[in-house]
Amino acid sequence: MTDATDRPRLRVATAWLGGCSGCHMSFLDLDEWLFDLHERADLVFGPLTDVKTFPDDVDLTLVEGAVTNEDNLELARAIRANSRVVASFGDCAVTGNVTALRNGMGEPQAMLERVYVEHPDLAGVLPTEVVPGLLPTAQPLHETITVDVYLPGCPPSADRIRTALIALLDALSNGHPLPDEWRGPEDLTFGN
Amino acid sequence: MSLVPPRSGGPRPNVPVVLDGEEVSAYEGETILALARRVGTDIPTLCYLDGLSIHGGCRLCMVEVAGDSRLPLACATPVTAEMEIRTDTTALRNHRRRVIELLFAEGNHICATCVSSGACELQDLAATNGVDHIHYALEFPRTDVDATHPKYVLDRERCVLCTRCVRVCDEVEGAHVWDIAHRGNSSTLVAELGKPWGEASSCTWCGKCVLVCPTGALSFKGRSTGEMRHDPDVIEFLTRLRDEGEWVDRQEVSS
Ligand code: SF4
Ligand code: SF4
Ligand code: FES
Repeated sequence: MTDATDRPRLRVATAWLGGCSGCHMSFLDLDEWLFDLHERADLVFGPLTDVKTFPDDVDLTLVEGAVTNEDNLELARAIRANSRVVASFGDCAVTGNVTALRNGMGEPQAMLERVYVEHPDLAGVLPTEVVPGLLPTAQPLHETITVDVYLPGCPPSADRIRTALIALLDALSNGHPLPDEWRGPEDLTFGN
Repeated sequence: MSLVPPRSGGPRPNVPVVLDGEEVSAYEGETILALARRVGTDIPTLCYLDGLSIHGGCRLCMVEVAGDSRLPLACATPVTAEMEIRTDTTALRNHRRRVIELLFAEGNHICATCVSSGACELQDLAATNGVDHIHYALEFPRTDVDATHPKYVLDRERCVLCTRCVRVCDEVEGAHVWDIAHRGNSSTLVAELGKPWGEASSCTWCGKCVLVCPTGALSFKGRSTGEMRHDPDVIEFLTRLRDEGEWVDRQEVSS
């Protein structure tokens, strides 16, 4: 992977896993600052583009949503393999949030039955075609892949997104490593 | 132990202590927390509440004391002469961060659907102590909501077992509706040894437990996401006036 300083423009992606798309709505709330972002970076993947496969050599990916189904897991792994910096974007990616409410019900089947069979307004059949299979639990992104930066909020406000993006883009275009504390303190060990 | 500073005319602080490198004078028997608050040093707390007995359960207020390899609790440790106390070291910051993470990991703290979001002591602790994610595996426990009381709701998903409600109901209201049942991860808040709250005949509907709860676990019925505001400071006011035999208008006191 080439150093970001060799390139005039940064490559930024966004991704939508198990979330409601609210974080992407908040991203759009950046309004005219999106032009400033475009001065520095290309948006190379995400629901706001029409690209189908995750590209190579991405500098920064903002990932919305928990990892809740097989497609999410596959995309999360592709993102990690091809991104220099991965940011958990919003509470569903950071904690599982609303997407993970089903975890307390046990197996995903319990939630599916509750929604599709017990719910009076639905046909009483479980969806099986097209939809990806659910994982046993919905998990925060960092339980699946290594995450470099966390941007909490449900959704994070546009101001918060802008502040984070400016810091991240500055670090990336200067070739600076991210500060260690962004990943959190080292694990504690017993006995010292 | 009262942490309210003695009134003017009483004894003066005369116990020499070193707090974060500064020499300060403490009152005899004063806790490290009371001293720190009096001189304007912030120590994070959760279970401690002015006006209630000391529980010492959350461990957030731990500090370093020279010559002591343990981390004493500021809320429960009286100062002694020449004590050298540190309240803000890298180790302490990391420990506190881990404690806060564990509190999140053992509950279902879905802030996006919480009545107290935006006015929650746990959320504030996370923000002020740099907890931007929980690196422990989340438990996602299956807990329940008790909405049987006509005026209040208990959402056990958000209870951090601080026992403020237990203490205020017992010590201030004198009703003792609440207790913590079971042990370890199974610990849970129960009314009248396990009855639905609405059937607990000892509850006087005073609402003090709801006012002191630091999270969205106890709330006024009918509050929606982000609408709940607690008022834990009212307990110190009540107990102080009760101790001093003064029942005057709250506005007069604060003006
Ligand atoms: S409303 Fe008052 S009496 Fe009832 S449980 Fe709460 S503190 Fe106790
Ligand atoms: S209900 Fe609230 S006040 Fe009572 S123990 Fe739980 S968190 Fe503390
Ligand atoms: S505030 Fe001291 S242990 Fe909770």
